[in-house]
Amino acid sequence: MAHTKASGPAHQADLHSEQHDHHDLEEMRTLGFWIYLMTDVIIFGTFFATFIVLQGSTADGPLPADLFDINGIIVSTFILLTSSFTCGLALLAMNKGRLKALIGWLAVTALLGATFIGLEINEFVHLIHEGANIGTSAYWSAFFTLVGTHGLHVLIGLVWMIGLMIQLAKRGITPVTKRKVNIVSLFWHFLDVVWIFVFTIVYLMGVS
Amino acid sequence: MWEKVQNFASEFFVTGDPLIYGADVSIAVTLIAVITVLTYFKKWKWLWSEWLTTVDHKKIGIMYIISAFLMLFRGGVDALLMRTQLAVPEMSFLTPDHYNQIFTTHGVIMILFMAMPFMFGLFNVIVPLQLGARDVAFPFLNSLSFWLFFSGAMLFNISFVIGGSPDAGWLAYPPYSELMYNPGVGQDFYIWGIQISGIGSLMTGINFIVTILKMRAPGMKLMKMPMFSWSVLSSCIAIIFSFPILTATLALLFLDRYAGAHFFTLDGGGNPMMYINLIWMWGHPEVYIIVLPAFGIFSEIVATFSKKKLFGYKSMVYAMMIISILSFLVWAHHFFTMGSGADVNAFFALTTMLIAIPTGVKVFNWLFTMFRGKITFESPMLWTIGFIPCFIVGGLTGVLLSVAPADFQFHNSYFLVAHFHQVIIGGVVFGYFAGLYYWWPKLFGFKLNERIGKWAFWFWNIGFYLCFMPQYVLGLMGMTRRVVSYGWDKGWYEMNLVSTIGAVLMGIAFLFQVWQIAHGVKHRNANLDTTGDPWNGRTLEWSIPSPAPHYNFAVLPQVTDQDDWWERKLRKQEGHATPAPAKLEPIHMPKNSGIPIIMSACWFVAGFGFVFHWTPFIIAGLAGVAISMLVHSFNYKTDYYIPVDEIVRTEAKKGRVTG
Ligand code: HEM
Ligand SMILES: [Cu+2]
Repeated sequence: MAHTKASGPAHQADLHSEQHDHHDLEEMRTLGFWIYLMTDVIIFGTFFATFIVLQGSTADGPLPADLFDINGIIVSTFILLTSSFTCGLALLAMNKGRLKALIGWLAVTALLGATFIGLEINEFVHLIHEGANIGTSAYWSAFFTLVGTHGLHVLIGLVWMIGLMIQLAKRGITPVTKRKVNIVSLFWHFLDVVWIFVFTIVYLMGVS
Repeated sequence: MWEKVQNFASEFFVTGDPLIYGADVSIAVTLIAVITVLTYFKKWKWLWSEWLTTVDHKKIGIMYIISAFLMLFRGGVDALLMRTQLAVPEMSFLTPDHYNQIFTTHGVIMILFMAMPFMFGLFNVIVPLQLGARDVAFPFLNSLSFWLFFSGAMLFNISFVIGGSPDAGWLAYPPYSELMYNPGVGQDFYIWGIQISGIGSLMTGINFIVTILKMRAPGMKLMKMPMFSWSVLSSCIAIIFSFPILTATLALLFLDRYAGAHFFTLDGGGNPMMYINLIWMWGHPEVYIIVLPAFGIFSEIVATFSKKKLFGYKSMVYAMMIISILSFLVWAHHFFTMGSGADVNAFFALTTMLIAIPTGVKVFNWLFTMFRGKITFESPMLWTIGFIPCFIVGGLTGVLLSVAPADFQFHNSYFLVAHFHQVIIGGVVFGYFAGLYYWWPKLFGFKLNERIGKWAFWFWNIGFYLCFMPQYVLGLMGMTRRVVSYGWDKGWYEMNLVSTIGAVLMGIAFLFQVWQIAHGVKHRNANLDTTGDPWNGRTLEWSIPSPAPHYNFAVLPQVTDQDDWWERKLRKQEGHATPAPAKLEPIHMPKNSGIPIIMSACWFVAGFGFVFHWTPFIIAGLAGVAISMLVHSFNYKTDYYIPVDEIVRTEAKKGRVTG
């Protein structure tokens, strides 16, 4: 990578053009990730559309209003939103160049994310116990697929964040790790936004 | 114990059909031959480091194109089997079950594993060269895309000899594709073969959008960009909007089959119509995804071989963008007959007809470009000229099909089969052939034999009309698609026989092409392209030597005009001094990586596990994918610099002096 290369005296002359090169590269990767996020929006959109179409198709299975524990969901929503906030704090720390604070806030974010997933698994177990699983009816198929896909994304975000914390500890804040943190935080906020839709369309509309 | 093994084997391997035993034997023989040759000539290391792990867009492109040719062969054999079965009435060459499998694999392979990789191959070999760039935006991801496509295609293809092929048509409509009616593994091969390669396609879409937006040579404003690159951009935009829908839809079908969900089943509140809507929201844009780049290719070729600027460049750009947007608003024309109601049908009929307008604009632009041009008829131009009448007829029958009330008559008939083959073969396949012939010298550094190429061209064209014109008539006579056999009393005999003869001619045409390539390789030294610009081209890819060095441009070009290379040549002719070449600098390049192929192999294992419900395979495969990703993420040594003296040496070897 250019920044390691450019540190040698022999390359001093190229320093400027190389750094420019490098800058473009990181910018391109961020743009690529934005486009990826858009495609993910479409995947979620498809699942939401399916959920809405199948909303009334509960066959003879249990109804959502009878099973949802809305208070529990509000708690997990709160936890996830908080994690987005701490992720923002991590970014602030990074921009000030404070590595320790950055890793610390990322750790808090990951911890909150893990709690969210724990609560979700707990909810799923409860639902299955009450007789609502993915095969119960079209409604529950759509429910588990939509909510589960979001959960899977959070899980992937977690693993990613942990990997990134190790890289940060090893390499410190460089243009590359900076871009990676920026991207993971983008992903994390995106999951928050998706969750707000899940919360409204699946849970609030489900109990009303 | 032995009996158990036997039982397992007879379920695992497809048995009972001599055709399939033949395939088993030929697959085994080919594999052994390949392994022996590689070992004998000690080529494993070369294969690994030069090709399998390469991140060079040109090599990846070549691998795509080779795969596409192999798949064209496989899909073509399927087509010939079907046409043989239909050649005369009451034929019993294929059983109905087998026939269903063949039209399904033919359709899937032709669209997803032949047209798509052929197209991606052309994207890869040309787009960076046209843009004056040294690579695509994400070279590692590019290699991963290729290997995902390859894994998916292989997974789909082995269904033929292991487990059984899918048989629910190329779009796998439920409820027939559901577990209840389709308990074997064929449909699961379908899901995972397409899913894995589809993820690769999605990533290619992202990759090329960023490449085109961010990596154009300095001075190349969007409105100076070559038309092929524009067509790639429009196609990629359609990819990133439509392929996620496919991913999601296949995931839902998979959950139905694997986890007992009820998205599209007949019981449990499922809604099969939902699937049909979703799959066409991908499926219709998909046909535009593959045809838009062909339009781009024709535009380049028409301009080059008429020695004129493309007529109506801007209107061409707008037409392309409008088509890529409109293609998302027409999907329901695929099921006018399925009870959506008159107003819905009217909306979709109208939007469909609207697409004919920008398409017409393009055809007129090509014709006006040729008008008063100094046209020469080398093979790329020949294919372009062959395409135009074919596409006009195909387009007109398409407009007929978009008339909703009339569609109640044509729907699912051979009229439809003739229509879509006409646009797909005449538009897409001819277009990619044109592109391949056009850019062949740039890719390989030598020219192909024109005589053999002309034979191939005429066999394809005559075969094409013989094969598909009678099918329009058959459709009007009431022959429906996907029939396996028909009686003497129908009066369909002559037309079907002619159609089969046409198909055979196209098969021969393919053999001519294979011969042409073999001939070209053998006599390459006699036909070297030493100029780098064999057609007197207009765009930047012709400004560098053939084959292009792996860094493409020793010095990034500074662009001032549309058709910059042509203008530069003109200026030189008029005696204007060419600016002195800029000083050479070390070139920043990506390093090869084995991770894409390993990760894709893990996907293959996981896919296989999903197909057969073998949990250890699923876990091992997915774990492998995750580990590969982490390893890649922890690797910071992904690039290197080519030193100046190496560039000087390479350029000198290619007959250029720079610096
Ligand atoms: C080259 C000569 C070709 C011949 C002779 C041929 C022949 C056929 C035949 C006989 C069918 C079955 C029609 C039916 O009974 O419904 C068929 C279906 C189909 N073909 Fe081709 N084909 C050719 C090339 C292609 C190409 C190049 C593509 C696409 C790139 C393609 C895409 C399809 C599709 C999507 C189907 C529908 C499969 C289904 O019913 O699910 N074909 N073709
Ligand atoms: Cu369509």
